[in-house]
Amino acid sequence: MPWPEAVTNLEELKARPALKTLLAKIPQAVNAARLDRDELTIEVGRSWLREACAVLRDDPEARFNFMSDLTCVDLYPAEPRFEVIYHLLSIPNKQRVRLKVRLAGDDASVDSITSVWPAANFFEREVFDLFGVRFAGHPYLRRLLLPEDWQGHPLRKDYPVEGYR
Amino acid sequence: MSHLSPTPSVDPVADRTMVLNMGPQHPSTHGVLRLLLEIDGENVVRIMPDIGYLHTGIEKTGEAKFYQQAVVLTDRIDYLCPLTNNLCYVLAVEKLLGLDIPPRAQWVRVLLNELTRIASHLVWLGTHALDLGAMSVFLYCFREREDILRLFEAVSGQRMMTSYFRIGGLSMDVPLGFFSRVKHFIDRFPQRVDEYEDLLTGNAIWRKRTQGVACISAEDALALGATGPTLRASGVDWDLRRDMPYSSYEKFQFDVPVGTGGDVYTRYLLRVQELRESAKIVQQALAGMPEGRVKADAPKVVLPDREKMKTQMEALIYHFKIVTEGFRVPPGEVYQAIESPRGEMGYYVVSDGGPKPYRMHVRGASFANLQALPKLCEGRLIADVVAAIGSIDIVLGDVDR
Repeated sequence: MPWPEAVTNLEELKARPALKTLLAKIPQAVNAARLDRDELTIEVGRSWLREACAVLRDDPEARFNFMSDLTCVDLYPAEPRFEVIYHLLSIPNKQRVRLKVRLAGDDASVDSITSVWPAANFFEREVFDLFGVRFAGHPYLRRLLLPEDWQGHPLRKDYPVEGYR
Repeated sequence: MSHLSPTPSVDPVADRTMVLNMGPQHPSTHGVLRLLLEIDGENVVRIMPDIGYLHTGIEKTGEAKFYQQAVVLTDRIDYLCPLTNNLCYVLAVEKLLGLDIPPRAQWVRVLLNELTRIASHLVWLGTHALDLGAMSVFLYCFREREDILRLFEAVSGQRMMTSYFRIGGLSMDVPLGFFSRVKHFIDRFPQRVDEYEDLLTGNAIWRKRTQGVACISAEDALALGATGPTLRASGVDWDLRRDMPYSSYEKFQFDVPVGTGGDVYTRYLLRVQELRESAKIVQQALAGMPEGRVKADAPKVVLPDREKMKTQMEALIYHFKIVTEGFRVPPGEVYQAIESPRGEMGYYVVSDGGPKPYRMHVRGASFANLQALPKLCEGRLIADVVAAIGSIDIVLGDVDR
């Protein structure tokens, strides 16, 4: 069965658990929200990301106590070029939410959330390795999968699939 | 937090500790994991995993393939549970497309996934016991695993790289007599589990090597992103099959074993218990297997039957279009997570409306579980590192991708 149209109106979505918490505690952090295919995406301002994560984790109602996944999408040649994606999970409430931060190509840097979830450590290193996005405050931001002397960041869209020859 | 600063702090002047390199060819690292151990005598002071030796750029390759072609890549990620990878990926794409999957296809998927879980746990049990010196368990486990691989070969033509699931259903219905072969295997399987348990559960040496070793608390396990049996052994009652059901898992009755100790022995007990629960699910799937189609009614996505393709003009056109151009997926993004034998496996698929995934990201359960390893081992003996690696059941294909 086809999915209904995506909802992007904040007014319609404000009762959703994660969004409700963020709008109540730090409304200035929320740039936009979208409910598509039953998945809620909240776009968060870059400077608010770490705090938004901490709020969602510690709020007694939202209780997003688990970071499932962290990754990045390169929208090259569009700007802002990078979308860093955070998939959070609330084990007590059985809910997921996706946080999204948009980063410009010439200033691809966002606060690390390793202080909120140590689990983000490897994930952020992986994104740094494959996309070249920097995470401020990461304890050990070095390449994770590729060799130390590798040139370039392979998952960027301007990196050829066969690599540079 | 010490597990966050993974550089071994060697002070050459003090000369109290030394750095020992373990792997990437060490047999008990289950593949190509390299560990840098900073040791003080026999005690591990710090531990730093070094990964990437098996990185094959599957996510990048996936972006250059049609949606259907990428199924073949997913087999190679967690190579001990190829069907679980297939399922997670096709579920994600089906969610993007908004497809309804016929009940028979869903049930066959559940059945095969539980067989995969059994096969994967058998490899884990055999190699884990082998690492700790119990050699014969390995032979018993691989005897049953061989039976399961023959079943996979019967449905897909391949023992390991199955690629049996298609976006929209299965590649074809199961062969004649397949269910009776599964029945024959699964009826005898619980006694086989008793055999493994006879060898290990009460074994004094096994208990000495595993009980109270490499403990982790529920808070630490959650903070470090551990899932699956590694998380449940610490007392967190969380299983995606039950709590966020997919592919009609809500229609099956099974227990989720949860432990309290969080040590190697508890993780061992949980996985053995899961073998029995998976056998129960397979029995239910066999008993209630619905009849009907195994492919969704979506001619623009699912390849037509061979017979129709040869006799009907329209089917021929669809066949040609799908094979040469792929099918277009409406723009959007989806994160689909399922319970793999190792924990939460997630596929994040982004579509820009074209015939190839714009982005295909894999959240490997082993990748996240591996981050718990320093917490498990620091302050313990080197010999316990081997026990700890085995107990979190990592697959390096899943870690490095």
